[in-house]
Amino acid sequence: MSDTEVKEIKYTSKDFTSDQEVRWCPGCGDYSILAQMQRSAPDFGVKRENIVWISGIGCASRFPYYMNTYGFHGIHGRATSIATGVKVNRPDLSVWVASGDGDLLSIGGNHFIHVCRRNVDIKIILFNNRIYGLTKGQYSPTSEKGKKTKSSPFGSIDFPFNPLSLAVGAGATFVARSMDRDPKHLQEMIKRAANHKGTAFVEVYQNCNIFNDGAYELLTDKSTKADNVVVLEHGKPLVFGQNNDKGIRLNGFTPEVVNLTEGKYSVNDLWVHDEFDPDTTRAFIISQFTEKPGLPTPIGVLKQETKSTYDHDLHEQIDNIKITKGEGKLRDILFSGNTWKVGNN
Amino acid sequence: MKRVSKELKELNDVTIRFAGDSGDGMQLTGTQFSNTTAFIGNDVSTLPDYPAEIRAPIGTTYGVSGFQIHFSNIDIQTPGDSPDILVAMNPAALKVNLRDLKKDAVIIVNLNSFDIKNLRLAGYETNPLEDESLHGFDVIQVPLSNLTSKALEDSGLSVKEIARCKNFFALGMMYWLYSRPVEPTVEWIKSKFKSNPSIASANEKVLMAGYYFGENTELFTTKYHVEPAKLPEGTYRSISGNEATALGFLAASVKSGLPLFLGSYPITPASDILHELSKFKNFGVRTFQAEDEIAAITAAIGASFSGALAITTTSGPGVALKSEAIGLAVMTELPIVIINVQRGGPSTGLPTKTEQSDLFQAVHGRNGEAPIVVIAASTPADCFNMAIEASKLALKYMVPVMLMTDGYIANGSEPWKIPEPDEIPAIEVKFREEKEGYFPYSRDENLARPWAVPGTPGLEHRIGGLEKANITGNVSYDPENHEFMVRLRARKVKNVQSDIPDLKVTGDKDADLLVIGWGGTFGSITEAVNRARKKGYKVAQAHFKYISPFPKNTGKVLKKYKKILCPELNLGQLNHLLKADFPVDIEPLNKIQGLPFKSSEIENKIESILGVL
Repeated sequence: MSDTEVKEIKYTSKDFTSDQEVRWCPGCGDYSILAQMQRSAPDFGVKRENIVWISGIGCASRFPYYMNTYGFHGIHGRATSIATGVKVNRPDLSVWVASGDGDLLSIGGNHFIHVCRRNVDIKIILFNNRIYGLTKGQYSPTSEKGKKTKSSPFGSIDFPFNPLSLAVGAGATFVARSMDRDPKHLQEMIKRAANHKGTAFVEVYQNCNIFNDGAYELLTDKSTKADNVVVLEHGKPLVFGQNNDKGIRLNGFTPEVVNLTEGKYSVNDLWVHDEFDPDTTRAFIISQFTEKPGLPTPIGVLKQETKSTYDHDLHEQIDNIKITKGEGKLRDILFSGNTWKVGNN
Repeated sequence: MKRVSKELKELNDVTIRFAGDSGDGMQLTGTQFSNTTAFIGNDVSTLPDYPAEIRAPIGTTYGVSGFQIHFSNIDIQTPGDSPDILVAMNPAALKVNLRDLKKDAVIIVNLNSFDIKNLRLAGYETNPLEDESLHGFDVIQVPLSNLTSKALEDSGLSVKEIARCKNFFALGMMYWLYSRPVEPTVEWIKSKFKSNPSIASANEKVLMAGYYFGENTELFTTKYHVEPAKLPEGTYRSISGNEATALGFLAASVKSGLPLFLGSYPITPASDILHELSKFKNFGVRTFQAEDEIAAITAAIGASFSGALAITTTSGPGVALKSEAIGLAVMTELPIVIINVQRGGPSTGLPTKTEQSDLFQAVHGRNGEAPIVVIAASTPADCFNMAIEASKLALKYMVPVMLMTDGYIANGSEPWKIPEPDEIPAIEVKFREEKEGYFPYSRDENLARPWAVPGTPGLEHRIGGLEKANITGNVSYDPENHEFMVRLRARKVKNVQSDIPDLKVTGDKDADLLVIGWGGTFGSITEAVNRARKKGYKVAQAHFKYISPFPKNTGKVLKKYKKILCPELNLGQLNHLLKADFPVDIEPLNKIQGLPFKSSEIENKIESILGVL
């Protein structure tokens, strides 16, 4: 966006509130995500008419109806490919996807990895409540193994996806996590995603108070949050705990929690987070913290990198070929190849 | 060298088939022969026939690839029922193609390939060149491989590379036999193998060796000539259905002023449209090779939402995967064109073979009441017109349109009188920009909703797959509204009737029989009807290019005839659709063999219905 454009726009969150009645269950974490998005959007510096929200199917996918921008409520799993079409055709637009864990990682899993691979310049917000809400309570691809749900009364035997590991592995150029109950952090992640050029993936831990209430309580409750969440900040050591008394050091490829009050380790021994590390190994290790007992859950930006985007490259190719071959002329193409004349003309 | 004096014989009409192993370059040979033949002014129709395997086991019957060319000094409609001459590069090619030949056909074989190994691979117990199995045919044995090796003995190429040149020997020989010039192919070789001069010069040398062999050998006593056909005045090129489809959409993009967006996943026999359109980047064409069929169409829907002329190309199995997304385009009332290059089904079916069995799928194959416009191209060149027509209807009525072609017309080619771009009418498109009175689902006189694309200030709106209230476009679960909208979407498609031409009837005014059809059977039916009429039968013909909706006069036309025949490459799908709408009796003629109709098959049916004269 240009500087002049930024000056022209003075939006408030109200400008991004549509006239549609919000119909999520009372107490749903989606309300917070919507509110943080509406609060953050004025800071994007993008005109409202240039923003497009696209979704698939599920509770989260109602999101576009509530944003006063252009919106497209698509079909199950296909939000990222609809978004790809919009962005490829119109790189000038700011294209956002709202999707749930079922929509993005189950039925839409294929499109998700491919959009990351191509680095299409779209922003994907994953509303991860680890349950199917709209279909009333079946386990999802992010539900923990053993989870008892309507479709797994004896416990799910599926191993779950780790969405951050998947995004890092698929080559997403911006990978972050936040939580519905941490509004300030969530706003920050949204704005940073907005500023990223390329596929930005933000996983948001979102509470479904009807079918999976309390899934993230340990991470969001004031009394337990500090000991169970580590906030990633670029250039800063990984410190967490009630009194900032714990840290994470990297022992070879193994992350370890160390106590900073016992004298053996100091802040200087800790892992210093580097969002821009071109080697994605560390980002992957961070994404795996949640798989290892004893390690805190990371929130923040795991990685970001600068890489050319699919939409940019496609239009650059078009522009370059227009220069080398000249602007296409229909008559030249129709009359190309071996032609011959019949009659006197 | 001794000169052999040859007789020159005039022919009106010839059907040639080149056949060999799928690695023998038969498609290339056939394409070159047909391009040259079109270039010198004969009317031409071609039928490539190749196996699904890229390189099936060498020498086996599964690996046989063929290319049939029918050319004439009159206007022709089909690639010919039965070849007059077969060029068989190996025993397997002879075995597979023998049953299709005319009784007294000429067979040219590559003598060197009739060794024990190749005979065994083809499943021959004894050598057909030495027993009675080719009795009645005029068999010419040419040591093609040896002659090719000899021509290239000083070339420095490897044995393998030399062997690969032998198709050019066959081509050169056929050019001599049918009095065609070699220059167009020489030019083509030079440009095709620009980066590999030694291969280029080898191919050219072998082509010429083949040509001179024809002139000098005593094996050929006659040389043939076919006068140019009297085609309408104009500039022509040879074109296949897939090429014409690609050019049609390119033209529609230029004529509508919209960027063309193609979302596609490679699938036989539709991939060539993707290949063609990928070349036109300097027209701003955006081609997106998606991760799957669903991504291909949903990306196209996204592109349509944002203001592109959006299309997706596929074949039957791909359409099945796209069905839900087509419903989304119906619900969101966005313009999109789905191209189905039909092949043999169901499931993976016969990927490289033709069929017309996706008509039900096109018209009805979606959940809910989800009407779309369905149109069909009838010849390779007609694909150009119908691609433009599909774009025009989608944009004008804000509806999905399915354009049906098939493997036969997609890969077949014919001379095409190239239209002047100025003579192609502009396609008018208006994006909504005025804020005043804007509602996403308000309607114009065609019931089309306004196209307000992202980036337009003040028109921010949300659409989607949930049922919408008319006018406001808000999500609505209201029972009356749903029925109203279902009927409205049906009416919108029905309205297209006022835009499409009447069903045209040709042939005898006082016909006893009307032969109807749709899509790629046009050529075979036309030829059959013409032949029957020459014999004195009173026959009329009407060919459907618009199936959903049918042309306005359809009922009136059908009612006029006591007897109606409908040949289809399926179990009678058009027949069923017509009977559902009109109280008429239609006799089916169904063929489901992955092959086009032979005109004689339809002609025989006409005769059996009308009786001996």
